[in-house]
Amino acid sequence: MIDSLYSTSDHFAIVPAIMLALFGCAILLFDFWVFPDPRQRKWLLIFVMVAEVFTGVGLVRQMHFIASGTLEAFNGSIIVDDFSIFFNWLFLIAAVIVSVVSYQYLENAGEHHGEYYSLILFAQCGMYFLATGADLVTLFIGLELMALSFYVMVGFLRSEKRSNEAAVKYLLLGAFSSGFLVYGFSVLYGIAGSTRLSDIVAAVASRPAWDPVVYLALITTSVGLLFKIAAAPFHMWAPDAYEGAPTTVTAYLSVASKAASFAFLLRLFYGQLAPFAPVREVWTPILAVIAVITMTVGNLAAINQSNIKRLLAYSSISHAGYMLLGVVAGNEIGIKGIEVYLMVYTFMNLGAFLVLVALRRQKIIGDEMDDISGLMKKSPGYAVLMLIFLISLAGIPPTAGFLGKYYIFWSLIQAHQYTLAVIATLYAAVAIYYYFRIVKSMFVSELKEKAPMATSFGMRVALTVSGVMTLVIGLYPEPFLKLAQSSLLR
Amino acid sequence: MDQHLLSIVLLTPLGGLLVLLLLPGNKNLIRIWANLAALAGFAVSLPLVFRFQTGLPGFQFEERFDWIPALGAHYHLGIDGISLLLVMLTTFMGVIAMLCSWSAIQDRVREYYAMFLLLQTGMIGVFLSLDFFLFYIFWELVLVPMYFIIGVWGGPRKLYAAIKFFLYTLAGSVLMLLGILSLYFQHFQQFGFYTFEISDLMKTGMPLHLQEWVFWAFFIGFAIKVPMFPFHTWLPDAHVEAPTAGSVILAAVLLKMGTYGFLRFSLPLLPQASGDRSIVQILAILSIVGIIYGALVCLMQKDWKKLVAYSSVSHLGFCTLGIFSMNPNGIAGSVLQQVNHGISTGMLFMVIGVIYERRHTREISEYGGLAHVMPKFAVIFAIAMLSSAGLPLLNGFVGEFTILQGAFEANRVWAAFAVTGVILGAAYLLWLYQRTILGQVTNGKNLTIPDMNFREVAMFVPLIAVAIWIGVYPKPFFDVLRQPVTEIVERVHPGYFNGSQPKPALAQAGTQAGGAR
Repeated sequence: MIDSLYSTSDHFAIVPAIMLALFGCAILLFDFWVFPDPRQRKWLLIFVMVAEVFTGVGLVRQMHFIASGTLEAFNGSIIVDDFSIFFNWLFLIAAVIVSVVSYQYLENAGEHHGEYYSLILFAQCGMYFLATGADLVTLFIGLELMALSFYVMVGFLRSEKRSNEAAVKYLLLGAFSSGFLVYGFSVLYGIAGSTRLSDIVAAVASRPAWDPVVYLALITTSVGLLFKIAAAPFHMWAPDAYEGAPTTVTAYLSVASKAASFAFLLRLFYGQLAPFAPVREVWTPILAVIAVITMTVGNLAAINQSNIKRLLAYSSISHAGYMLLGVVAGNEIGIKGIEVYLMVYTFMNLGAFLVLVALRRQKIIGDEMDDISGLMKKSPGYAVLMLIFLISLAGIPPTAGFLGKYYIFWSLIQAHQYTLAVIATLYAAVAIYYYFRIVKSMFVSELKEKAPMATSFGMRVALTVSGVMTLVIGLYPEPFLKLAQSSLLR
Repeated sequence: MDQHLLSIVLLTPLGGLLVLLLLPGNKNLIRIWANLAALAGFAVSLPLVFRFQTGLPGFQFEERFDWIPALGAHYHLGIDGISLLLVMLTTFMGVIAMLCSWSAIQDRVREYYAMFLLLQTGMIGVFLSLDFFLFYIFWELVLVPMYFIIGVWGGPRKLYAAIKFFLYTLAGSVLMLLGILSLYFQHFQQFGFYTFEISDLMKTGMPLHLQEWVFWAFFIGFAIKVPMFPFHTWLPDAHVEAPTAGSVILAAVLLKMGTYGFLRFSLPLLPQASGDRSIVQILAILSIVGIIYGALVCLMQKDWKKLVAYSSVSHLGFCTLGIFSMNPNGIAGSVLQQVNHGISTGMLFMVIGVIYERRHTREISEYGGLAHVMPKFAVIFAIAMLSSAGLPLLNGFVGEFTILQGAFEANRVWAAFAVTGVILGAAYLLWLYQRTILGQVTNGKNLTIPDMNFREVAMFVPLIAVAIWIGVYPKPFFDVLRQPVTEIVERVHPGYFNGSQPKPALAQAGTQAGGAR
């Protein structure tokens, strides 16, 4: 009896998530129970690391177990495949890097509390189910777990107005979009009479083309998804949330949450299990238009920002537009492109935000363009690393960012979407302008803020890893491209 | 050793850069090291000249490794006669540019030289790559150091000029990337595997309309870099604001990346589109407009450096006209003129650098009668100016003459219009000389300026020597160019050399140019 409810393979499929959830709860308990002294908080960070090690071990064992097949668990509501493992590694990397640098940041911001670390783990747990879920309910729970953790984390700087405002805005708009998503899910359930993706895809495929009910489900679900990846016109929350949130949370939000949402989106739009794959002709033009609007809004709005976090928020909107183009192209190269893009984006965007994290010192917020000016004179190491990240974000070889863009262009050429390709390339030139405003500020402008950077051992390690990866993926991408190749969604 | 010669040439500046970053902060030590690194870069490239076998078809010193098999990209280097000349120009001008920055750069010396060595690597890589992906990497790699050289050490409007340069070239090169990808995908459809290898891509058969699209995509990338007429607006800004050595390298080498792109990629990869009459007509007209427009704008300039910058537009017009004549004389003349332009315009920018360090102004009206106070300067400027104006016995003449000969064979009207550029060129340069050097000293501030010192003279001497060498005995250059030029022409116009119309062979061009003095 027990065996049919919870088999070994079921256990195997969710072991990483269990680890994350357990350690998350443990941190909550230990925080006030065992480590009441603020100086003992470093143990919480060690807890996070241990949790991530266990999660990593779980992922490695999953990799060996499935050996590029798939593992279905809980009656097909969870699927572990190379695709999900690939994404889970990205989440893990992001979570590790973010928690390592958060320690110093929260100390400086004066808001260091133990629950922060458990929220990071809970969010990652939610992402786990977004990448593995093959059932509407599982996916939705994963999404909400992730989103709720982020709502709290965005508002973590309780004494700061901006942080509170950001959290409220994110919460309200997020709840609204979740409503749309659930509405779409309910329609899908109505079509298929089941919440499992494999049932739904069969039901949708058996309907005639341009079926209004499918259309309704597609539109409402897309609204929810596009909100999560911050695609225009559903991007309004992003600049405010990114600016107000603690910078470490912004980094986590912009990288891991975006990757998880893309994994979610791909599950619904591409592959054998995707409910909307049969109606590709319907959504391709819609997503194409959305992608172009997203790139336009992101790139043009970024030009005039004086706040670097806000600028990077708009830039991350435009990156979402690029990645959407991979979905629009809809071929294998495009999907591989999204995976490569997200992989390099994890390192380069995290890296760029980490430099901003180091700019936050006691009583200095450090996210205005002036705060970074003359950085080359003060700490050349940070300035050069930031330069590498920005060049990579702009997509200039030999950095990793180029490969992401390269794959997207390639997929568009292959899909004969020449107009989209030209638009995408021209926006790459626009992006240079605003990224190099930061570069100009760092390398040419005079030093205005003399206080030294907030460095710590963890910060230096995290930055070095991000910087080295950004260069290594750019210079010797072969193993990483192979990895993406083997993690294609089937 | 021989198999890795090109890698050594490519990586020497990079190695110099790495050591440079580790040196202690003494400015002179950094300067000496950077100059040594550039000199070493030139020294390791010299064996190329001696071991290069003239007349062999295809590429020499080839090196090839798989780099990114998932994309079909290779680390593939090799040179033919065209790239040999341009690589030598790059390493040679690298030495000169380092030398002329010695006293001009006082600020952030280490970063300056680091950027220069990185730039050097990028430029050499562009001329050596035989794989399109590798080429593209180096092509873009050049942008960032140049941005910094203009943006950090430049003049008053440096930031505007730097970002304009960056945006313009990047917009062109990403569109070029789309062209590359179309070609790449087309090759995949025909052969079933992805590759960026130039020799493989050359086998791709493409319908004419697709070739034309790809041609225009390449054209935008290369024409912005050259720059050809409607895309030239970034050049005067970049030149005027850049520090002297930046202008020298920009004019001498960076612009040649565009013309080299046409010769190495556009013409051989897209022969039907490049041979298409209407396309060639458009390109030739743009070149001629560039020649005449550039020269006319020069006549109006009040700023010494801007004048030389616009003269680049005019001279590069000759280079592209030669390419689009699509005959041996035109192309060979074009490559030689690219080298010539590097040398003579490099000298002109260095002349401006010398005077600017003394007076900190580039207004032509501020000067006059400099011959009385700076006789050495006057002589050197005269040689530079005459070499740029195309005086026989100096290098400019040989290049322009051969190009005009090629243009004449292709279309007499083109040659008739282009030749006015030579006349106007002499006009604006001589007039510039007259206003600045000749006559009486009109401005009291000029009475006390010192003449050139030993270092300054020393950096001009090798350039003048090469200018005279090319002017008097250009045959070795034409010999090196004959084989690759023949291959390109044969590719664009199959059967050109055994067709009915007799065309003068290249060797004759050399002797004719020699005979005309």
